[in-house]
Amino acid sequence: MLFKTLSKPEFRNLVDLLLGSTEVIAPKQIGVNNDGKPLHHYLPVQEFEEIDLEYEITEYSAKSYFLPFRENLSSCRFEDDDWTQEIHYRLQPRVLMGLHSCDINALLKLDKVLAGDRFPSPYFISRRRNTFIIGIDHYPCEGGFCQSVGADVVTHGFDLYLTDLGDRYFVAINSDHGYNVLMQVDAKDTTGQDNKDYLEARQRIASKFEPLNMHNLPNLMDIEFESEVWKRWGKKCLSCGSCTMVCPTCYCYGVDERVSMDGREGAKVKQLYSCNLLDFAAVAGGHNFRADRETRLKYRYYHQHRGFMETYEEPLCVGCNRCGRVCLAGINPPEIIRDLQTEDQV
Amino acid sequence: MTELLHPYDITQEADIMQPLDFNRRSRLKHVDRTFKSEIINIIRLTEMEKLFQVRILDDTARERFSFRPGQFVMVEVPGYGEIPISISSSPSHKGFIELCIRKAGLVTTILHKARRGAPIGIRGPFGTHFPIEKMRGCNILLIAGGLGLAPLRAPIFHVIENRSNFKDVHILYGTRQPSMLLFNYQYEEWDRIADIDLKVTVEHGDESWTGQVGMITDLLDEVDIAPKETYAIICGPPVMFKFVCNRLTKEGIQMNRMFVSLERRMHCGMGKCCRCNIGSTYTCLSGPVFDYWTVLNLKEAI
Repeated sequence: MLFKTLSKPEFRNLVDLLLGSTEVIAPKQIGVNNDGKPLHHYLPVQEFEEIDLEYEITEYSAKSYFLPFRENLSSCRFEDDDWTQEIHYRLQPRVLMGLHSCDINALLKLDKVLAGDRFPSPYFISRRRNTFIIGIDHYPCEGGFCQSVGADVVTHGFDLYLTDLGDRYFVAINSDHGYNVLMQVDAKDTTGQDNKDYLEARQRIASKFEPLNMHNLPNLMDIEFESEVWKRWGKKCLSCGSCTMVCPTCYCYGVDERVSMDGREGAKVKQLYSCNLLDFAAVAGGHNFRADRETRLKYRYYHQHRGFMETYEEPLCVGCNRCGRVCLAGINPPEIIRDLQTEDQV
Repeated sequence: MTELLHPYDITQEADIMQPLDFNRRSRLKHVDRTFKSEIINIIRLTEMEKLFQVRILDDTARERFSFRPGQFVMVEVPGYGEIPISISSSPSHKGFIELCIRKAGLVTTILHKARRGAPIGIRGPFGTHFPIEKMRGCNILLIAGGLGLAPLRAPIFHVIENRSNFKDVHILYGTRQPSMLLFNYQYEEWDRIADIDLKVTVEHGDESWTGQVGMITDLLDEVDIAPKETYAIICGPPVMFKFVCNRLTKEGIQMNRMFVSLERRMHCGMGKCCRCNIGSTYTCLSGPVFDYWTVLNLKEAI
């Protein structure tokens, strides 16, 4: 990895350059919650002042810029008794900045599913390769357990990655694209002092995490498959699907066909779905493989901490706890995992 | 000023992704393309089921399309939807497939209204297949319950066309009542083949039914099973293959020599939409064909 440093004024020049040349998406404050705490979203920005890199967490993850809530897979033109299919992919480049390590790690996990060698998704890959990613280091957010799932550091999956050293940024460069863009402004070679300050900053961040006991979780998931833990939490679940909408790694979807009012055009539309919704696993003839709330709730955890582990040797969860923050019933992964760990242990 | 970032156009990319061994459709640019196909014949089977004979229109695509028994395709009726359907015909016919479809939901209902010549879309084939090549030189039990005869027909045709590769072949089929029997015009043909044993039973007979009455497992009483050299392919509802597989286990057949096909909701067929996940296994990638031992190890499979 190559490293440079960038003074804060030069960083601003860089952002202004990007703003002048392409679409930039960055964390932006959109209001405050009931406790007066600021709420942030990743949104398109026009001015440097709109960007808030000091944010704690965005309510939605950056997923929606790669897996939009709704996306046309193909469109269809009907003529006489026939039809023709058309497929278009996203081609415009854009910049997505201010991503924390959890969101970048989430993209790397999505890459494994959606850009691997089994049926790679051209829709996803097109968006991914057209997105220039600038990440930034941050202190742990409330309820987050990214360190416990190994998502608090990143070594790839971005173009540039910033660590705030007070008067300057320490910049990790992970692509030739990133290098070329950085060379447009006055980036300095790193000195011994820069390296020292960077390592200290990383240590300060690492020391702030509270560990969550993830030991042997995949096996535990199997052993506690029929556990009361799921019944207890399942009773609370409203099956609303909010958790999966804000999750940076939930990628499940459904496909519907739509037809224009005049009946001349149609579209095959992919829409993100949630495994917590009632009809997720319902089949023709009416049978539902997961008719209970608790089995659907359990399934999401099972996929994240057991199933994904089996295939890719890492959990799908990045520990951002967005699902815990958004849940109206107060269901959250740290508490469920603690319950599972202690259920059959005195 | 010059452009800082350059667009990346996926359509300019060469076919860099390696195809899977059994599926040549895993190439980057083609995963969501459908083969436009024509319904060439519609055959009425029962009140609820029709058989659609479908042919891929494009010559090159038709030449490239091949499948193995047990695989499925995604069938798209533009404007209505897309559904997974197992292929019901002989794998030796290139670009020509038969799909046995029960009227059950939106897409199947519109398909039942379709006329000959209607253009539909086909993606696939997807999923695992019955490992017929492993069964060479052995006895084969082909067992179906209800609609299970639809996916079982592909291995039946394959076995008949390659009859000399196998020893004893038994086809056992059962449904609830005589009116639900599928492909009853074909039984005589299968039965007349000198060395194929066909047995059909119904749970509840009626006045016109002269055949056997009873459960599918009763048919196994009449079959001499040599467990060491027998493979079984079982298609039907979970409750049926559970009984059949338990029975065959008692006969001494190893569980990894019995193959079943599972049904799940699917929206993509490519291991992306998660709708077909059983525990953590994608039915569309690791299945729909599983050996029975694997099924027993899948949480919430049966």
